[in-house]
Amino acid sequence: MAVAATTKTGARPSWPGRRPSVPAWVGTVPFLAYVAIFLLWPTGIVVVDSLKNPNGNWALSNVTKLGDPLVRGYFIGSFKLCLISSLIGAVLGAILAYAVASGNPDGVVRRLYLASSGVLAQFGGVTLAFAFLVLIGPVGLLFHASWYFDFPWGITLIYTYFQIPLMVLVFLPAIDGLKVQWREASENLGASAWQYWRYVGAPLLAPAFLGGALLLFANALSAFATIEAWENQIAYTVPQQISTALSSEVGLSNVNVADLLALGMVILVAIVMTGYALLQRRAARWLR
Amino acid sequence: MNALVAAAKKEGTLNVIALPPTWANYGAILSAFTSTYGIKINSALPDGTSQQEVNAVKTENGTAKAPDVLDIGMAVALANTSLFTPYEVSTWSSIPAAQKEPTGVWVQDYGGYMAVGYSSKFGTITSLNDLLGPKFKNAVALNGNPTSANAALNGVMMASLAEGGSPGSIANGVSFFQKLKTAGNFSPVSATGATIKAGTTPVVFNWDYLNLPSYVGVSNWKVFVPPNAVLGGYYAQAINKNAPHPAAARLWEEFLYSQAAAGGQNLWLEGGARPVEQAAMQSNGSLNTSAAAKLPAVSGTPTFLSPSQATDAANYLAANWAKAVG
Repeated sequence: MAVAATTKTGARPSWPGRRPSVPAWVGTVPFLAYVAIFLLWPTGIVVVDSLKNPNGNWALSNVTKLGDPLVRGYFIGSFKLCLISSLIGAVLGAILAYAVASGNPDGVVRRLYLASSGVLAQFGGVTLAFAFLVLIGPVGLLFHASWYFDFPWGITLIYTYFQIPLMVLVFLPAIDGLKVQWREASENLGASAWQYWRYVGAPLLAPAFLGGALLLFANALSAFATIEAWENQIAYTVPQQISTALSSEVGLSNVNVADLLALGMVILVAIVMTGYALLQRRAARWLR
Repeated sequence: MNALVAAAKKEGTLNVIALPPTWANYGAILSAFTSTYGIKINSALPDGTSQQEVNAVKTENGTAKAPDVLDIGMAVALANTSLFTPYEVSTWSSIPAAQKEPTGVWVQDYGGYMAVGYSSKFGTITSLNDLLGPKFKNAVALNGNPTSANAALNGVMMASLAEGGSPGSIANGVSFFQKLKTAGNFSPVSATGATIKAGTTPVVFNWDYLNLPSYVGVSNWKVFVPPNAVLGGYYAQAINKNAPHPAAARLWEEFLYSQAAAGGQNLWLEGGARPVEQAAMQSNGSLNTSAAAKLPAVSGTPTFLSPSQATDAANYLAANWAKAVG
């Protein structure tokens, strides 16, 4: 039976002499320095440069370009692709994780699934797009999917290939945390399987599920190489258009526009994070 | 010239950027330069774009890594002339006046004509409108996004000329690709040697020197240049005004514009590109005629886009391309 968490701690090693008097916050310095250099500093550059013109002067009116119908189209494209691929990835990944978790915890199947999920979650880019092109593209070896080049369906299928394994990896620990005893207890109280999931399982798993889905969303939002190899003649998403703004050789390159689009992505993530936080609060109500 | 060679050898190194070894015979040109003069070449970012070359000149300015010489598209060259220094090669008079900046800030080097490369399983194409037929389902691709890649922009412009448009307007080309899309024949996949070999992009709009069977690596590959739409495009050379190896940079230009049998002009020709001194070399007899005979046959007067025509085309595409084919 479950025992309350009273863990026995070993005796503390006794320090000879005085402990050095270092303030506690010193321990956080490496982390904060890391965040400052690799997150805050680049974000600051993006924000500042997005409000300048190519001559380096301030141009606050740049922001209005985010309302341009073409630019809005790239954001809608990115949002659609990320939302659909992360929802499909999260649902299928969660089901798969449940299937894996209900097997033998030390079995071959589980180890095989975990190892291959670890590999496949990182499989993307040109190789993945080319593999799908050869399999189900216009002259596909398996069959020809006529919708292969229809945005967002073809590319969504390709993205789910790495989204599902990633969800398995991040969601499996949560399912492992469901104790058999809870199920037994609810059955002893006369709960049906549906009632168990509705009132015990789902509320327990909801925060982890939403967190996983958010991770998949961000994963899809930043992906560039895969969609660029899937097709590169039309920009459907923001990262593709940032690439055009950075490296157009026909005279349409504009670093400030690229910064502005990146700023738009930051705003998009902020909106999604806010929605996530609200949902999370709702989903974790039972914890309070 | 001897003084230049001595100074360049003393520098010992040359920094080049965005020169793919399989492109226009650059692999052979780079090794020929090194074996002739004993100067080491640092080849950065071989698959980079023209804009990335210019970005590297700016960001690495003043360092030993900065590119000495650039091989760039005309739009980027014209937008960045303040980064270059003028230089007139010894074969200056063989270069047509329209293809160089009067003081040598930029000089066109090699180029070709926009062509349709296609698998011979389709038979023979005689008109661009053949591509609208049902046998070309999902088959026709450009080399990149025309708002970004110069070759793709010229592909659309070539279609425009074939459809009765003028160099001043690319609209007819965009509507041709819209028709292709409606017919289900447009393929948006990134066309590379791998996709051509796999058969997923059996029709590709690209410069003729990038569309030769020897270049794409497929033997049953044909090239078609529409007679009413011969659209030429040349790249240009420029020297970084703050080049870390100024003498080697100038010696490299001399080598590229040399008319010798194993000089840059004939080496480009052997790679299927048309060197800028081709006409002069034809008349003075220094041209490698067997290499010239392998180029796709072209009939009709070539059109070259002026800088303002290219800008107009790019701006039209920025507003209309995604709408037409998305």
